[in-house]
Formats: sequence, structure tokens, C-alpha cells
Amino acid sequence: MDRNTANSSPPTAAISLRDLRVSYGEREILHGITFDVATGETLVILGGSGSGKSTLLRTLVGLEKPTSGQVWIQGKDIAAISQAELDQIRKKTGMSFQGGALFGSMTVGENVALPLREHTKLEDSTIEIMLRLKLEQVGLAGFEYHMPSQLSGGMKKRAAVARALAMDPEILFFDEPSAGLDPIIAAGIDQLILELKRAFRMTIVVVTHELASAFLIADRMVLIDKGNIVAIGTTQEMRSSVQPRVRQFLDRVPEPDVEGELDYLQTLTEEYRRHG
Amino acid sequence: MEFVSQIGASVTNGLAYLGSLAALGGRAAYYGFVGPFQGKPPRLRSAFSQAMDVGVRALPILSLITFFIGLILALQSAYELSKLGALNFVARAVALSMTRELGPLITAIVVIGRSGSAFAAEIGTMKVTEEIDALETMAISPIHFLVTPKFLAMIVMLPCLTIWANTMGILGGALFGVTQADFTFRRYIQTSIESLYLRDIASGLIKSVMFGATITAVGCLEGLMTGGGAEQVGRSTTRAVVMSILLVVVVDLVFTGVFFFVGNP
Repeated sequence: MDRNTANSSPPTAAISLRDLRVSYGEREILHGITFDVATGETLVILGGSGSGKSTLLRTLVGLEKPTSGQVWIQGKDIAAISQAELDQIRKKTGMSFQGGALFGSMTVGENVALPLREHTKLEDSTIEIMLRLKLEQVGLAGFEYHMPSQLSGGMKKRAAVARALAMDPEILFFDEPSAGLDPIIAAGIDQLILELKRAFRMTIVVVTHELASAFLIADRMVLIDKGNIVAIGTTQEMRSSVQPRVRQFLDRVPEPDVEGELDYLQTLTEEYRRHG
Repeated sequence: MEFVSQIGASVTNGLAYLGSLAALGGRAAYYGFVGPFQGKPPRLRSAFSQAMDVGVRALPILSLITFFIGLILALQSAYELSKLGALNFVARAVALSMTRELGPLITAIVVIGRSGSAFAAEIGTMKVTEEIDALETMAISPIHFLVTPKFLAMIVMLPCLTIWANTMGILGGALFGVTQADFTFRRYIQTSIESLYLRDIASGLIKSVMFGATITAVGCLEGLMTGGGAEQVGRSTTRAVVMSILLVVVVDLVFTGVFFFVGNP
């Protein structure tokens, strides 16, 4: 993608993807993704396993480099900027990982305080107050001296959200916030996301395959399948969509088993050629 | 033809691996030695706790091993020296081979087993649980945060451990000297000290610093290259140990060669 074309002036949306392509080695995972996320909007990226939605999220936070295309975060193409500039943007974004990704050797409080200690020159006492505040926001007040291993799955996720909130980010990313949690705890996490959205007007991007949670928290949704956008629109538009692939996903219709003998044979031989 | 291209591929892979090691070691050293002058001090508290782990906690096992190695060296050299009626040279033989070669090498191997593998396991686990990714998304360099403290701890502690290992080896030799070779303890130690030049000890210590850098780079690189699931962590750990031993011996050979050709009067 030519970066100097007339239409490549920095978009004003919080996040803009332009013809984003990402490959692992020879295999292309994302085949040209283009969409915008407006400031203050909650966008849910939906998709099945292997659809490329996690790769998309990893690219959005700069963990994967696109092979082509642009990822504009707050007016900067993060694929084209230096590490120092990327770090500046990362300080204004937060990411909550699927398993929490809390540091096992540190207490919950130290985990939440880590970005503050690394990036600010705040006094220890101020940091202490801030981390209590963040823990309270996610409903974990009083847990600052626990080790992550002492927390349940839902609490770990809440602690991870507290850590992602530590630097008061403008954009928050969630990777599968309700995966592996029981329905009640998962609903609690959804509620937490809704509260963050209401209270701080944050731009929020959530990757999930949980439909109920997606419809609850989303302003708009993107459905990704095999590395392509199938549909994009508001929750209403998605619900009333007649596109077969959207219907199949939303109505939870299983994939047909046999794809035709010839296709099946071809998949087999391709597998063989690839792996020997 | 396939054979030739396979050799080519392994050579390329090997060089790429060495390149990654050098890059990682270089960046760790950068954060350790240049960072402080740019207002980004290394995490000294973490480095101290690593130094405790790498160094102090290794002392019991290292002492035992090197004491035995010293004793073995004395027995082996006595086997030949007694034929020449030169049993009083045992002290010299033990002191020289410990300080120049076996002290640094045995120390490195003990540290590989205890710490090199632990580095790979720790960082590999963090990779699998997305903690490394989390550091990056928080704009914290995993190298500054994780590798540099280990690097500093290792290049300081390995020479210290080596000095300790040399001493224990000489004491092991003394056990033989005193009981079997008509030495008094005092005279054995004196003979050992007299037979050593500063360059014998220094060459061993320089090597041990290089060993420390090598072990850290390999352990951390294997950890960072861990992909996939938990079973990969085990594989990384094994690879870290095997590659560290190999590379430590290679580094040993290179430096011993350099000292031989440059340092010999």
C-alpha cells in the first residue's frame, strides 16, 4: 500500500485500519481489513476460532507487524513509527489479556502499580492511592497484597483490567474478556466494561466469540471470517442482517460436514504437501 | 545435492542464532551500561535478587563439586607424577588447572544447570502466558525489565563464583597433598600460591565473565523464542542447557586460544 497517496492523511477516528494484511511466514492471516473505530465507541470484533480476530487485536496493539496496510491509532500509523513513538501511544492504551497475563512473581498491587512506577515519577504514596482506586474500580478493593495465583479466573481478569487502567488510557483493548468464566462472573465482566464505557467515555475494542456479551456491550460489531470482514454495523444492523455467513454465526449453525469429495481430497493433499 | 543444501541451511540457521544472541546480549548490555546515563537506570533490586539466586545459593553445590574436582585432579596428576618421583608438583598441577580452566568451566556448568535453565523456563512461561506481550503493550521493554538484571547479576557473580571454585579446588587438592604426599597444609597452600601468576587467575576470570554473558543470552533467548504451549517451555529449557554448554565450550576454546597466542611470553 502506497503511504503517499492523497487519501493517506491521518484519519481522525481513534483507530483506523486501511487494507491491513498480516502474515505468519508464508500464510496470510488477514486479507485486507479496513474499518474505523470512533472515539468513545465500543467495537466488538466477532469471529470463530482461527478467524484471525486475535491476530487483528495483536496487530492493533503493535504485537504483530502488518505485511502491508496501515494501522492508525490516534493519528499515528503504528506500523511505520519508531519504537519510542509506539511506546508513547502504548502509554495511552491499555490491554487486558485473555488469561490476565499478571506477573506471577508480583502481588496484585505491584502488578497494577507497575506501569505507574515505570512511566511516571509519582511518589510511592500517590501510586499507592492510585492503585487502590483502580482496584476499587474493578471491584477488587483490598486484594492488593494477594498474589495472582491466589485469585480466581474472574478476579485475575479484573486485576488485569485494573492494570490496563493504571495509566488512564484513552483506548482499552480486551482479548476474550469472558472466555473460561462461568456465566455469572462473565456477566460481571460485561458490566465492568459497560461501566468503564459510561464513566470514562473510553474507546473500547473487544475481541470475543460470546454472542450475548457482544450484543450487550457493543455499539458496533465487526464479524471476521477467514481473515476477511464479513459484516460490519451496529448491533441492530447485525441482528437484522440477512447475509448467510452472519446468520450462520449469530444463529449458531454448525459448519456443514462434507464440502464435496473433490474439495476434501484437495485439502488433504495440500496438508500433505505443506507438512510432508 | 540435498545434503549440501541441508548443510547450507544449518549454517545459515546457526549464524542467525548467533546473531540473535549477540543482538540480545548487546541490548541487555546497553540497558545495563548506557541506560543509566540516559535516565533509565537498570532495575538494581531485581539484579540483586537475581545475584542471590545465581550466586549465593549456588555456593553449597558448587563448593562440593569443585572440592571433589580438585581432589580428582590431585589423584590423576599424582598417578603420573609419582612415576617421576615428583609428587610435590601435585600442588602446582591442581592450582594451574583449576584457575586456568576447570574453575571457570565447572562454575559455568553448575550455573547453566541451576540458572541458565531457570532463565529459559521463567521467560518461556511468561511468553506462553502472554506476560511478555503484556510488558510490551505497557511500553516496558522485556529486555530492560527481565534480561538486563539477569545479565548484570551473571557477569558479576560468575567471576565471584569462579574465585570461590578455584579456592575449593585447591583445598580439595590439599586433602590429597596433606594425607598422601608429605605436604603440610601450610606448605601446600604456599606452593599453590607461588605457582600461580596473576595472568593465570585473570584469564580464568575473564573467561568466566564471557561465560556469564553467554549463559544469560542463551537462556533468555530460548525463553523468548518459546512458542505455543506449556510443553514448549520444557523444550526451551532443554535447548537452553544444551546450547549453553556447547557455546560455553566454544567461547572457552576461543579465549584460551587467544590467551595462548597473545599472552604467552
